[in-house]
Amino acid sequence: MSARFAPGDRVAVRRAYPPGHVRTPWFVRGRSGVVEQAMGAYANPEELAYGRPGQPPVPLYRVRFDQRALWPDYAGAPGDTAVVDLYEHWLEPSEETR
Amino acid sequence: MRRHHDMGGIEAGPIERGEHDYEPWEKRVDAIMRLLTHPSRRVMTVDELRRGIEALGPGAYDAMSYYERWIASVTEILIEKGVITVDELGRTMSAVEARWRQERAS
Repeated sequence: MSARFAPGDRVAVRRAYPPGHVRTPWFVRGRSGVVEQAMGAYANPEELAYGRPGQPPVPLYRVRFDQRALWPDYAGAPGDTAVVDLYEHWLEPSEETR
Repeated sequence: MRRHHDMGGIEAGPIERGEHDYEPWEKRVDAIMRLLTHPSRRVMTVDELRRGIEALGPGAYDAMSYYERWIASVTEILIEKGVITVDELGRTMSAVEARWRQERAS
């Protein structure tokens, strides 16, 4: 299973709020970040949660977000970031520069 | 809609950072989960456990302790999968409660 994104790629998290079991935190949906690391591919946990096989495996990425992009009222240091593990089906390429 | 468990970034008050000793029943719940998810049986997955916990409404989710959430979820998933029936569970709970009352009285 080849990964669609590589470290350094800018990605946007889908602005999606489906029913069912979701493994993408609410606070990153609709936000953009940078792929930090490709973590390999795993059985889809959103499918495993219903007792299904979760195949084919889905690539997982570590995505780094600017804290100020996540929290409008963020009061910490300007360079602070947060890293979230996200599955490929939640990510789209992003043209956004910041 | 945001699910109740998905509370990252939301003001939630102070965090209890102290360690606590595990009660025997808590260890037992952990053991039950390990047996159910063991590759030799794979009766359920940790992903199913998680779904069951996340399906608890705000009231139950907040009122229950960590392992209470676990056992509530395990019970739901096992009923859902037909491993146990509601009737079987109810009868066993009554039997255990009766035994407990008897031991307490003697």
